[in-house]
Amino acid sequence: MAKNFGKWLISGPPVLYLVVFFVIPTCIMVLASFRYAGEYGGLAPIFLHDASGAHLNLTLESYREFFSDFIYSWLFIKTLIYALVTTFFCLLTAYPLALLIARSASKYRDLLVLLVILPFWSNFLIRIYAWMILLGPQSAFSAALNGFLGIFGVGPVRLLFTPFAVVLCLIYVQLPFMVLPLYANLEKHDPALLDAAQDLGANGWQRFWRVTFPLSLPGIYAGIALVFIPVLGIFAVPDILGGTRGIMIGNLIKQEFLEARDWPFGSALSIMLTIGAMIIVGGAALVARRRGRGDV
Amino acid sequence: MSLLEIRNIVRRFGDFTAVDGVSMNIEAGEFFTLLGPSGCGKTTLLRMIAGFDSPQSGEMFLDGKDLASIAPEKRPIHTVFQSYALFPHMTVAENIAFPLRMRKVGKDEINEKVRQSLEDVRLADRGGRYPGELSGGQRQRVALARALVNRPRLLLLDEPLAALDMKLREQMQLELINLQKEVGITFIYVTHDQTEALALSHRIAVMNGGKVEQLDEPSKIYDSPKNRFVADFIGTCNLIDAEVSVAGEEKMVLQIRGLGEVAAKNPGASCGVKGILALRPEKVRIGAQLVPGLDENHFKGRVHDFLYMGDVTVYIVEVGEGVHIEALLPNSAAGRPRILAVGDPVEISWRYDAGTFLDG
Repeated sequence: MAKNFGKWLISGPPVLYLVVFFVIPTCIMVLASFRYAGEYGGLAPIFLHDASGAHLNLTLESYREFFSDFIYSWLFIKTLIYALVTTFFCLLTAYPLALLIARSASKYRDLLVLLVILPFWSNFLIRIYAWMILLGPQSAFSAALNGFLGIFGVGPVRLLFTPFAVVLCLIYVQLPFMVLPLYANLEKHDPALLDAAQDLGANGWQRFWRVTFPLSLPGIYAGIALVFIPVLGIFAVPDILGGTRGIMIGNLIKQEFLEARDWPFGSALSIMLTIGAMIIVGGAALVARRRGRGDV
Repeated sequence: MSLLEIRNIVRRFGDFTAVDGVSMNIEAGEFFTLLGPSGCGKTTLLRMIAGFDSPQSGEMFLDGKDLASIAPEKRPIHTVFQSYALFPHMTVAENIAFPLRMRKVGKDEINEKVRQSLEDVRLADRGGRYPGELSGGQRQRVALARALVNRPRLLLLDEPLAALDMKLREQMQLELINLQKEVGITFIYVTHDQTEALALSHRIAVMNGGKVEQLDEPSKIYDSPKNRFVADFIGTCNLIDAEVSVAGEEKMVLQIRGLGEVAAKNPGASCGVKGILALRPEKVRIGAQLVPGLDENHFKGRVHDFLYMGDVTVYIVEVGEGVHIEALLPNSAAGRPRILAVGDPVEISWRYDAGTFLDG
């Protein structure tokens, strides 16, 4: 009894926190997605009172709207593509970086990790606005790129307010979330395993593919989850850098709540996003578990 | 031609010289041991033979070919690591197949060789297991099987039994000896455990401070240590400061402070030379009363202390003025009570040629 009490004392506060700030709001949102929008924004009452008494005022209208126009599904697919591309390039850039840090002398490792997380010390929005300047038509980067393209007769390209700008910034923003779990994994690898592989005849490439890479899979999965899921719901980056062509599902949800004031539709979109993310991540986890069975 | 020739190998780490001009020849089919305390350079030397490290100067030849010109992964040398370094994400069978895969051996041949290897190390039913599911002794055998499966010219073993408990270690020692006999592959074995070295090896190189102190057969190393370090490091040994007072052709007389004159075998020292008398405890006779034999040194003393070891008892006997000599007495007769207690008067004796005089 006393033992159980201690257990609850420790796990109680975080559970309570999650119930109050996650479970209950999610339930409210699920309910909201089945309600009508109020005349001046907000939500219409759940119960309508008329001569025959009170009856429920719920509808599937929001979901019908979602499936009635392909533009919404397309926005989902587009968001998914952005997230996949971002995750892919994060992995591609983060892996060598994490490997480099994990293999560097131990006295430099902490410093290098610090450099990776250094961007977190400045405000998220400020960093995105910085990209706006970097990619703007007057920036040295744009000028250099267009100067280079001009040699081949390719006309000046615009960088800002394009999907390219969005994905580039998403990679930048999410990169540390890929580097850290990869580093945490790679740093634990026993260097004797690489010696053993070399001793038994494996060249550098084989040592990587047969030993380092398979052992780092848990780190890769963690990194993918940390990068992919937040990107699905992000709206600040496309808002600032995406223009009209670069918007993602997060922008639409924000718009429905703040500008269109259609809370039920915004809620329905959020729920569709959550379900979609759960299906993708859950499916990937299943595949990963089946392939990685027996991993230590 | 020796299988492996090592000439004047030097390896420095900053100011520290790990291996300091080591030369030795290792013959084909030999069980050769590098023995020494930690930091003596034995593992560094092993890593240079494997190719994980390279010497600053000196040369190594395997079958007459300069090892420096062969990449580590191309050397016909495999290593059994102290931590075994089994690949945790591969099954036992995949671990053993690894060196064969690297050499692009055909699939059927791999399967056959892996099956055979697993049988050789009595793990035929464990092929599908992961290393994490095996016991220490089983992992050890997988590491051996993996390193031997494509029959290297030379097998390096880096303290492979250090992680096992004593009972298992003794069993594995026997298995190693038999395995080495069966496969006929040359073993270079690194250990800091002198009993292990004496039990396993054909020849031992005792190393200290990056140098080879003595290279010889186990019995020679034990019976005729070349210097103070070897005498002290191998087994237990009475080391008594002495000075040559009379030097004869075969015998000599040593003057030992607090004890007097002691007869000893003359290794070629001349009168007045200072050194130490190295005397193994088991070569010292001890008893309440001894009849000294011919050619024996004989002293009376008292039991200063003793260590009961189970099979034997080690007595520390005080003779003369403050000279302590250890003597071994087997507890042979079953249930025999200890006959000597602290403070008891005892007599000790040893043949003049039981000890070794080491100058310097």
